[in-house]
Amino acid sequence: MNNLRQQFPILSQKINGQPLVYFDNAATAQKPQAVLDAINDFYTKYNSNVHRSFNPLGEKATQLYEEARQKVAQFINAKSAPEIIFTSGTTESINLVAQAWGQRNLKKGDRVVISIAEHHSNFVPWLQLKEEVGIEIDVIPLSNDYKLDIKKARTLLQQNNVKLLAITGCSNVLGEITNLQPLLDEARERGIVTLVDAAQLIAHEKIDVQKLGCDFLAFSGHKLFGPTGIGVLYARKELLEQMPAWQGGGEMIQEVHQDSFTVNELPHRFEAGTPNIAGAVGLGAAIDFVMENFDIIKKREQELTEYFLEKINQLDFIKLVGGQESKNRAPVFSFTIDGVHPHDAADILGERGIILRAGHHCAQPLHESLSLEATLRASLSFYNTTEEIDKFFKELTLVYKKFQ
Amino acid sequence: MDLYSQNIIDHYKNPRNRGRLKDGNLAHNEANYSCGDKLSVDLKVENEVIKVFKFTGGGCAISQAAMSILGESIKNKSIDEILELNFSNIKKMLGVPISERRLKCALLGLMTIQNALLKKQGKEMKKWTDYIEE
Ligand SMILES: Cc1ncc(COP(=O)(O)O)c(C=O)c1O
Repeated sequence: MNNLRQQFPILSQKINGQPLVYFDNAATAQKPQAVLDAINDFYTKYNSNVHRSFNPLGEKATQLYEEARQKVAQFINAKSAPEIIFTSGTTESINLVAQAWGQRNLKKGDRVVISIAEHHSNFVPWLQLKEEVGIEIDVIPLSNDYKLDIKKARTLLQQNNVKLLAITGCSNVLGEITNLQPLLDEARERGIVTLVDAAQLIAHEKIDVQKLGCDFLAFSGHKLFGPTGIGVLYARKELLEQMPAWQGGGEMIQEVHQDSFTVNELPHRFEAGTPNIAGAVGLGAAIDFVMENFDIIKKREQELTEYFLEKINQLDFIKLVGGQESKNRAPVFSFTIDGVHPHDAADILGERGIILRAGHHCAQPLHESLSLEATLRASLSFYNTTEEIDKFFKELTLVYKKFQ
Repeated sequence: MDLYSQNIIDHYKNPRNRGRLKDGNLAHNEANYSCGDKLSVDLKVENEVIKVFKFTGGGCAISQAAMSILGESIKNKSIDEILELNFSNIKKMLGVPISERRLKCALLGLMTIQNALLKKQGKEMKKWTDYIEE
């Protein structure tokens, strides 16, 4: 384990002379040396543009880029690599679905079912379609234990005209891992298209898109120990084939004439312009890292989750916003502190080297539904330690006392 | 020096002039949407001079304490005097170092008061960039 942590150079940094305690992994995860090396290697040795460059360097860059696509396909068990579209991240992936699939397949009065726990990036694209097309949005609420209300979800899916279920695999606020299978099954039986926002889930669970049976799945490289600016949209081939191209430009076309164009084959049709080649290569390296170490990652996260929950429950001035069970939970903890605003706590703890996030974490509807303005969030990864958790709670107690 | 001085925490926990004004003649509110801090002010202005000030709001200690501290100093000041205040005046009043990430927290109170007055004068209200470029 120590050995794995040591592969993340940033974690040995100091802030104001204090060791860095990085508890903001749900926002973005740190990068292992292998990822940094892969990006550096690419720019040092192979940098050139991909596809249709009739030269050896371009050929190598294309190989590396397409290898990365293969790795992603294997990682989530897609049927084939052309079902993997590289995007800039989860946000762009969901917008691609809303624009390319939604604009063509949704009409006024059609319903899209989402949940109250969605990140803004799985809320706003549908609100935009509501404005542009006149679709209706149904929101699955939480039940008392901070899990999605499955009964209510079923009722919503059983309405007429439901065309899409777009749902998070894991809340970036509550840490709850969604019980996706029954919802996806119900949707499929009714011919409802499904999209899973796996931005958080991807770093915590093995994902098998064929077993899940979802139509679309979106995630970002940077939350999976890869670089920023690269992400993935998985889409079932049958759907992709029926979707019109999204952005126009180079790479996505076959032929362009003065008055017409034809589109390229999958997946290039949805990758207009020079892609983030180094980003894809870095993501490939991150996936190698995760596949190699998945069992350790999973075990460590479980231990840290149990330890964190045990500690947080010993402090009565903290209120956890999320479930108490360590099962089906990512190590993502949002909470409030009596008498202390989350922003103040994040600032003070930050000065002590403990990096947290405060606010609504791009989940304002969820916060509103819980009558909360803001929460403080500690999100851990496998490389964090119980010593760091101890230090965090010790410093947090000092902050609380300061405001008494 | 510590951003969270005794004085800041005292004003946060015991804000001065907190509440609404029934017989005020000027009201305004502002929010910092990037973090959710909110302030609403009620003023009684007579002959271009602030007579009574009250505020309500919610948010971090810096935004709320800065409003409370600024509010204590504006009574019996003229509109022109208040419109001249800038970030360096606020820094002096707070007496603590303000890092870039807390700039808006420290300035929200000043912005709310000044925009109330600018609104009354029918002038264009201030935006964040007006303060930060100063
Ligand atoms: C659940 C969830 N969905 C979507 C996103 C958006 O990801 P990105 O900003 O990388 O596009 C995030 C990031 O915080 C998230 O946690």
